[in-house]
Amino acid sequence: MTTTTSPTAPVGSPGGAPQPPRSARRRWPEGRATRAFRWLATGAGALILVVLAAVALFLIVRAWPALTADGATLGEDISWFPDDSSLLRFVGPLVFGTLLAAVLALLIATPISIGIALFISHYAPRRLANGLGYVIDLLAAIPSVVYGLWGAIWLAPRLSPVWQWLSETLGFIPLFAGPAADPPRVILTVGVVLAAMILPIITAVCREVFLQAPRLHEEAALALGATRWEMIRMAVLPFGRSGIVSAAMLGLGRALGETMAVLMILSPGALYSFNLLQAGQHQTIAANIALQFPEADPTGVSVLIATGLALFVITLAVNMAARAIVARRKEFSGAN
Amino acid sequence: MAKRIDVKDLNIYYGDFLAVAEVGMAVEPRSVTAFIGPSGCGKSTFLRTLNRMHEVIPGARVEGTVAMDGVDLYGDGVDPVAVRRNVGMVFQRPNPFPTMSIAENVLAGVRLNNRKISKGDANDLVESALQGANLWKEVKDRLARPGSSLSGGQQQRLCIARAIAVKPQVLLMDEPCSALDPISTLAIEDLIAELKNDYTIVIVTHNMQQAARVSDRTAFFNIAGTGMPGRLIEVGPTGTMFSAPTQRATEDYISGRFG
Ligand SMILES: Nc1ncnc2c1ncn2[C@@H]1O[C@H](COP(=O)(O)OP(=O)(O)OP(=O)(O)O)[C@@H](O)[C@H]1O
Ligand SMILES: [Mg+2]
Repeated sequence: MTTTTSPTAPVGSPGGAPQPPRSARRRWPEGRATRAFRWLATGAGALILVVLAAVALFLIVRAWPALTADGATLGEDISWFPDDSSLLRFVGPLVFGTLLAAVLALLIATPISIGIALFISHYAPRRLANGLGYVIDLLAAIPSVVYGLWGAIWLAPRLSPVWQWLSETLGFIPLFAGPAADPPRVILTVGVVLAAMILPIITAVCREVFLQAPRLHEEAALALGATRWEMIRMAVLPFGRSGIVSAAMLGLGRALGETMAVLMILSPGALYSFNLLQAGQHQTIAANIALQFPEADPTGVSVLIATGLALFVITLAVNMAARAIVARRKEFSGAN
Repeated sequence: MAKRIDVKDLNIYYGDFLAVAEVGMAVEPRSVTAFIGPSGCGKSTFLRTLNRMHEVIPGARVEGTVAMDGVDLYGDGVDPVAVRRNVGMVFQRPNPFPTMSIAENVLAGVRLNNRKISKGDANDLVESALQGANLWKEVKDRLARPGSSLSGGQQQRLCIARAIAVKPQVLLMDEPCSALDPISTLAIEDLIAELKNDYTIVIVTHNMQQAARVSDRTAFFNIAGTGMPGRLIEVGPTGTMFSAPTQRATEDYISGRFG
């Protein structure tokens, strides 16, 4: 269901199935279909690894010129590359901007998604739940660029007064320091639009996970005198933990790679800044690639591919971190 | 703290399907009442109406009264959550929370009732509840391990410990031994014999010997045919029920000449 890890507990392996006696084995040889399927499955698994390796190889080979060139040369060759800089100093703020936008999106989207998913799985009457679930699945299937357009054209202008208010009342927190940019071409707007974009997929996965919570344990909680919310906290959320993490990582993956929405909304900058409400502070890797690629000469392309390599590494790292989180309390996961 | 239950004219439905009809009986305090009867006659269904767990199934409802020491559990303004805090339940399949440790499992219900419990009190309670469930010796060195790391019989006793940790007035058990080996079964039967000094216990069982061994009173349920509602045939002291039942059906069932 996800790229990270299957949210529901894996079914216990069949384990010690008794070996049939030799003669019986000979009479029932492994069927042709079984053998074909096994090759198919193994082949598919290997193919994924091959593709992954090919992508990594491509990125490294094409990024090589940029990786080995010194900063001064790059600054001379490429119009948009800052003078007296280095590749690392160029990529750093982009990585920062990418992570900041994605994390903001995740912080906004995950709690809302969990709420909606819980409402569908445990609160709504069955009819309504079925309808809502269907709608969410549909929303999850809509390409993210559509959300991007909606966010940039419809949502962003409406956020402007909110950001104004935020900077006036909470401006003493550096995150919200004013004056808020108007039009709000700022990272927080990007975060909100990205959140809207990844909300359906996170919700859809969470809902699926919550519906799988074992009835047995839900009843155990209820029989102890738990209210519905307490039952959810005792039996549903702990059970769905790994699934929630997977769903969030799936959303994070989408948010990290999202191009159009960021391109359309954000007024770019290259700072390590936690100032969420001011323009010209941040840029993301994906949006930067989309912005510069059409005009780039070979050296420029190589630099852009190097930033793509950074994105690739980030995505892998995020997925591995998610796996580690899920695995840490595996014993208590209910998988056994 | 044990309580008496009086059931009157109880009809139990799943949606439009009448599963159990016209049950009337009393459950005496500080005693063990066994429900016996063929599969599908509504023993579990009836048992679950005694702590309002029946209604957590969509469409399920009841008519009639279940009075605990005179207070109707289904009366207006009675909170089902409060009812379940007073009437504990042990299920057929052991169901400790897999995401909690053994100790946390025991404390699960207590944390709901009374969030602020000091660490010392919590430890004492874990010990006394596990002692009460005859499990302390086996798990005292691994209280922080997950509940699902125990054997089936130990898990079931953990569930009993979890249920008695909140000091309920009544304890309902739905075939608590059906997934267990004979030794674990004996351990739980011994436990039931001890628990009845403090609790009102109702147990569903398919095992006649078990009913004869552990219960003071026995209720026999039967069903006339598929699609028909289950009914209470007769209820009385276990000795009488097994030696001289008044109904023919009871005698047939108990002596194995059934169906
Ligand atoms: N969730 C449910 N929805 C609809 N009907 C149900 C449900 N659970 C039980 N029933 C029906 O209610 C009747 C009584 O079932 P119940 O489980 O109470 O029987 P039982 O006496 O406990 O049987 P067993 O000895 O096999 O456990 C059966 O006809 C059964 O099909
Ligand atoms: Mg049953």
